[in-house]
Amino acid sequence: MKLSNLSKIAIKALGNNKMRCFLTMLGVIIGVGAVIAMLAIGQGSKNSIKAQISEMGSNMIMIMPGAERRGGVRQSSDDMQTLKPADYDAVVNQATLIDKISPMVSSSGQWVNGNNNYPSQAQGVNTQYLDIRQRRVARGEMFTEADVKTAAKVCVLGKTLVNNLFPDGTDPIGKIVRFGSIPLTVIGVLDEKGYNTMGQDQDDMALVPYTTVMKRMLAIDYIQGLQASAIDENQTEATINEITEILRSSHKLREGQEDNFTIRSMQELAEMISSTSSMMTVLLAAVAGISLLVGGIGIMNIMIVSVTERTREIGLRMSIGATGRDIMTQFLIEAVIISVTGGVLGIIMGAVATWFIKIFANWPVEIDPFSVVLSFVVCTLIGIIFGFYPAAKASNLDPIEAIRYE
Amino acid sequence: MAKEIIKVENLKRYFKVGDETVKALRGVSFTIYEGEFVTIMGTSGSGKSTLLNTLGCLDTPSSGEYYLDGIPVKGMNRNERARIRNRKIGFIFQNYNLLPKTTALENVELPLLYNPAVSAKERAERAEKCLREVGLGERLYHKSNQMSGGQQQRVAIARALVNNPVIILADEATGNLDTRTSFSILTLFQRLYREGKTIIFVTHNPELALYSSRNIMLRDGKIVSDQRNSDIKSAEEVYRNLPVETE
Repeated sequence: MKLSNLSKIAIKALGNNKMRCFLTMLGVIIGVGAVIAMLAIGQGSKNSIKAQISEMGSNMIMIMPGAERRGGVRQSSDDMQTLKPADYDAVVNQATLIDKISPMVSSSGQWVNGNNNYPSQAQGVNTQYLDIRQRRVARGEMFTEADVKTAAKVCVLGKTLVNNLFPDGTDPIGKIVRFGSIPLTVIGVLDEKGYNTMGQDQDDMALVPYTTVMKRMLAIDYIQGLQASAIDENQTEATINEITEILRSSHKLREGQEDNFTIRSMQELAEMISSTSSMMTVLLAAVAGISLLVGGIGIMNIMIVSVTERTREIGLRMSIGATGRDIMTQFLIEAVIISVTGGVLGIIMGAVATWFIKIFANWPVEIDPFSVVLSFVVCTLIGIIFGFYPAAKASNLDPIEAIRYE
Repeated sequence: MAKEIIKVENLKRYFKVGDETVKALRGVSFTIYEGEFVTIMGTSGSGKSTLLNTLGCLDTPSSGEYYLDGIPVKGMNRNERARIRNRKIGFIFQNYNLLPKTTALENVELPLLYNPAVSAKERAERAEKCLREVGLGERLYHKSNQMSGGQQQRVAIARALVNNPVIILADEATGNLDTRTSFSILTLFQRLYREGKTIIFVTHNPELALYSSRNIMLRDGKIVSDQRNSDIKSAEEVYRNLPVETE
């Protein structure tokens, strides 16, 4: 028996019942459409998180003082002072896998310009910070190595600070603002970055040489952390190990002694966030998958009705020479045509729905080609699985009884 | 002597219904030769339906032998019987059994769809030729539900002819038709007989024996008479003499 002939027969039979055929398809269309749209939403949010993280620098490594925090146990203040400028120098001199590195010290306080004031941070960094965080100075310039050495009283303001300290729109460059009681000359303005994934305003801060923060603002001899960027983001692990070795020897830690510092990479953070969003995607897809399953049951239901209704036709086909296998194949093809056509229409519907979500809800969405292929395969399988029972039922009919069926 | 198309020897068919055994056929033997027009007659319960099912390879006998065109049918499985039905038998049913919402041409093509050896082109050509033979050359694309009973039965006859069967099996083929249409269909059967086709016509109507070349009478699963008819009445004559119905 030629498959093309059987397909012709199946298409003809479906054509005789267009409305029913369409309604059966509708279940699959909605199911597949939902799966595509849900996966697109999941994939979109995952990608946007990834993009934001990589914007922050996916090769970024953060070094914090103190051992890893466990179970909310508060650590003594001594533990928080383990990172010294000497550690920074050691890492700068010895590390081979690090591209850029900057000490981090920050102080919170009130920024004042005339009668405008605003509470924010003074972020103490060195000149390499901009490259690590992939930021630029939009106007004016960044402070120099010389400024760092001399603990110069200069600052580069973030956009939010500029807006609050200079609400009338005057050019802040060259103006003197105060942080607490310390006057600082504004030498530059940072580019605007907006809010990050965690909801922090990345423009709500000012950059100041770290030496200035240490000596003039906080009067401390330790640093609060280091931020570095690995040369190769795929070698983050090796970079972390290298820094660990350097810091352990610099801290003169013996074998078996715990690290008194913690190193985190942006990649770890990215993995954590994307695993949460993956779980959401799986949940959404599971809900959508259930509707696809219901669609499949709809197919089975209609095929069973169809077999009963067409008993005489089946009897006739058998008496003029159709084998049980021919009948079975015909009904399987009918089921698969319904499910696959429904699947294709569902993919189109899912794409349209995704487009609507993008336009009207402004959510980040992205249709993964894999989800399209997956839906297509699942649809074909659903057609075969749910079509099998009715088809087998049809093929087992006795032609003598079937042909006289009323 | 002409070729033996059907040869049955001591054919028996028993059914188990609950605890009872129903003996539908109790040892039937006959041979049908090429070019015969045989009516098989019997009241309901005489076993004629069972005999027809067996001759049509839809059913297998409980015992006895059945040769169709020299091929033993008895040991065949479902698929082999489906294949032999497709190549060697043409069925005509009382209620036509055409596919609904399907054109005459497509209905006639149907048996050839189950024969992979026949190409699409050949299929259409043969179906069209058979429809012309039964006088429906003008209605190739009429759908089955747009045709009268007589026309539908002609389509069914064309469908039975399209695979060039060795035997045409008709089951009460005129049972659903009015007298006038019955005779026009019977005329068609007689023409096929004259063209050399072998036909078995199963009916409960004794009158039809007059129009066939041989009549086998069944009662209680046995043959009670098997007579050749040398004086075949012309159905066409009867048909022409019937008054045309007026509305």
